[in-house]
Amino acid sequence: MKKLREILDRVAPSFEKGGPLEKFFPLYELLDTGAFTPGHTTRTASHVRDGLDMKRMMISVVVGLLPLLAIAMYNTGYQANLAISHGAQPLNDWHTILYTSLGGRFEVASTLSNWLVGALYYLPILAVTFAVGGMIETVAAVIRREDVNEGFLVTAMLIPLTLPPTIPLWQVGLGTGFGILIGKEVFGGTGMNFLNPALVARAFLFFAYPANLSGTEPWIAADFIDVDSFSGATWLSRAAVEPGVLDQLDWWQAFVGWIPGSMGETSALACLVGGIFICVIGVASWRTIAGVTLGTFAMASFFNWAGSDTNPMFAVPFTWHIVLGGWALGTVYMTTDPVSSSYTDTGRWIYGFLIGVLTVLIRSINPAYPEGIMLAILFMNMFAPLIDYFFLQANIRRRVARDAA
Amino acid sequence: MEHYLSLALKAIFVENMALAFFLGMCSFLAISKNVFNAIGMGLAVIVVLALTCPLNNLLYHYLLAEGALSWIPGAAGVHLEFLTFLVLIGTIAAVVQVVEMVIERFSPGLYGSLGVFLPLIAVNCSILGGSLFMVEREYTLTESLVFGTGAGAGFALAIVALAAIRERMRYSNVPEPLRGLGITFITVGLMAIGFMSFSGIQL
Repeated sequence: MKKLREILDRVAPSFEKGGPLEKFFPLYELLDTGAFTPGHTTRTASHVRDGLDMKRMMISVVVGLLPLLAIAMYNTGYQANLAISHGAQPLNDWHTILYTSLGGRFEVASTLSNWLVGALYYLPILAVTFAVGGMIETVAAVIRREDVNEGFLVTAMLIPLTLPPTIPLWQVGLGTGFGILIGKEVFGGTGMNFLNPALVARAFLFFAYPANLSGTEPWIAADFIDVDSFSGATWLSRAAVEPGVLDQLDWWQAFVGWIPGSMGETSALACLVGGIFICVIGVASWRTIAGVTLGTFAMASFFNWAGSDTNPMFAVPFTWHIVLGGWALGTVYMTTDPVSSSYTDTGRWIYGFLIGVLTVLIRSINPAYPEGIMLAILFMNMFAPLIDYFFLQANIRRRVARDAA
Repeated sequence: MEHYLSLALKAIFVENMALAFFLGMCSFLAISKNVFNAIGMGLAVIVVLALTCPLNNLLYHYLLAEGALSWIPGAAGVHLEFLTFLVLIGTIAAVVQVVEMVIERFSPGLYGSLGVFLPLIAVNCSILGGSLFMVEREYTLTESLVFGTGAGAGFALAIVALAAIRERMRYSNVPEPLRGLGITFITVGLMAIGFMSFSGIQL
């Protein structure tokens, strides 16, 4: 560490104003403040006396994501091993070749094997999102002459959680690039965007490469040729076509997350733990989460009441809606994004409520998409500024009236 | 009743004029700088579409379509369909004139800020598009009224949302070359992704 400090101090003059590498100061700053606590203090007005800066905020979300990350990794391996134990073949690609040549085995009973297989699929995707996201963020910071900020960390951690384990890595790179560049950097970086960059990346991939992000194939990292006894489809897409199929599934199993799906979406439990954490430290707004829950409950109950002879999704109760699909992941980590959600407190209730309503609506009546939360959040991101606008105008009118009186 | 409700919802969300068909982009991009004007523009488009669709429906079915002139003795064989565009545009221009005069009379401020884009509603593609969809899909008179109102409401919803986003974006640090229309185009493209959540819904 001391050595690093010495090196940094030695090269510092060339990065400061007037030095030959002045342009690349953000790079230097990233390394400097990343490794050491900055020694300088604010010199001019205004002073914000608060422990929560952007770095701390983003790192809190990263910490809140850790339990989900662990379960995502383990479950990816567990699902693959489970399928293989039912007669599926390991995927015929570099993952399997690397793993078996290192002596790895696919055994569902072995915890270690589950971890290793999960890591085998999860870590490369994470590495790609970090590399691509970090690169774009750094280049953008250099161009804008700002400090590199930590916003991309959260985005880069969220993107793999929304993807299936079998997605090709070049698609991950492309999606991440699109999400961070077009979803965020063109608007001026973290805090200036109006859509959640991780969801922009997800939606881009969903519409550009539907074969890799929907259907029954991609959710488990194993090859299903000639396997009849085991389904690789998500329970949500099965529930949309087979009435009563959810009776075969244990609710607690879905709640803890041992079901197929995008890597990070299966565990409502881990999302609950992480969600409580980020709400307690005040990064996420509990109002948004409560709003989504309420909206989901209202709409699911309405469909249960309305009923339908042809559409089995109408009969799926609220308790299943919140543990299947990306509901928990989206509600806890994406709707609460402080940048793209509503800024006003009452606005957050409405924003959340409408997301819940839309999610159930898309899941139930749109046959094109079995999952709805991603598009519901993107849709409401679009209307969050409008909701705020009306609340701000109402506040202004009320105060004008109060001061006039 | 259910049929009309689903027609209206389809016109608002699934087949949104601005964000699914990208019709009427010129006024969509030009009048979305602030929410107040966008609401005015949205209302004007609703009124114009709700009036022109049924009017054109009547004209088409009793004047233009094959055999439409059978109410005149001896004119059943006359076929005036080649005049469709002219007649539709004519109606639209006339209705826009009236709306313009009404806005000027009751809201001069809005009239001033909408500027040239108010008379230009006459050549706004979403208005003509509405009438042409009505012809192509063979809507009845009531259906075309519902469709016109719904399509207008969809356009209004989109333009007001875009205006609110652009108001918030005033504080964004958009790169110099993209300021103005460039970033607005990107925003509209991203909004269209959000609106894709409804594509595929069968009502």
